[in-house]
Amino acid sequence: MSLLKSKGEIEKMRASGRVVARSLRLMGESIVPGKTTPKQLDEMAANIVADSGGVPSFLNYRGFPANACISVNDTVVHGIPDDEPLQPGWIVSLDMGVLLDGWHADGAWTYAVGDISSETQRLLNVTKESLYQGIAKARHGNRIGDISAAVQRYVEGNGYSVVRDLVGHGIGQRLHEEPSAVPNFGKAGKGDVLREGMTICIEPMVNQGAFAVHTMGDGWTVKTRDGKLSAHFEHTVAIGRDGADILTLE
Amino acid sequence: MARRRPQYKQQQDKEKGIEVEGVVLENLPSARFRVKLDEGENVELLAHVSGKMRMNYIRILPGDRVRVELSPYDLTKGRIVYRYK
Repeated sequence: MSLLKSKGEIEKMRASGRVVARSLRLMGESIVPGKTTPKQLDEMAANIVADSGGVPSFLNYRGFPANACISVNDTVVHGIPDDEPLQPGWIVSLDMGVLLDGWHADGAWTYAVGDISSETQRLLNVTKESLYQGIAKARHGNRIGDISAAVQRYVEGNGYSVVRDLVGHGIGQRLHEEPSAVPNFGKAGKGDVLREGMTICIEPMVNQGAFAVHTMGDGWTVKTRDGKLSAHFEHTVAIGRDGADILTLE
Repeated sequence: MARRRPQYKQQQDKEKGIEVEGVVLENLPSARFRVKLDEGENVELLAHVSGKMRMNYIRILPGDRVRVELSPYDLTKGRIVYRYK
């Protein structure tokens, strides 16, 4: 069963989403190559969320020790912010969730640190576009597999691979809820039917090399096995009659 | 925050029985045995030979010392999982 949200509830999630989008943008803009550390970005996220009257969704979620997931280069997702300054040419994925007035929103964006190679830029462009390809399929009456297939087709068509071990998810009063998996790979026409009022996170994680990933000893940090780069873009969307309504926008 | 993919076909932990040792008293029809357990004077139970032992043609005779795995729900039935040499 999918949990359907009323218009009013979706507006509450949009309020949370606004904070998510604002935090991600401000964090991204504040990066000074060679100086800014993930920990500083994490503190910044905490302050922005606190100013909004909300709470970071990730802090202490299943024991996660920070406000935001900050994943550098070959870290796919769930990076724990550390003190190593971000160097020019790196990429950094910022992933964050906000709980405001009882409702969650979750979003992610990968930023370039200083100037990056055109090949790395292409990875970011493809990943971002794959997110929108998926969102275009997120409408009442379609199935989850339609989203998955659209993302996979676009990514693989561009020569990258889609992470299998991690997936998008439903969201609402809990950070992770039904539908339990919104994969970035799959077959069109398969999976649960999407209904107006469902709220899901679509989040392609795209690897430059192979899709295999492994989790570090801290139990969180997920890296690519081949050490190649990985990018991650995510929006929380509400399914509507005629398409998806992106909630994580300013 | 991406969710770890739910493992639909996750193998459930095999229920671990209680392992005890005993001596085979007699063999019964359908590959079952009456086993007298070491603990307690007159604790006897019915036990059949585990599939893994049958596959390897381990024969059981009266008088053999064996290790028996008991179900926690029914302590009068067991499965012979090892024959001592």
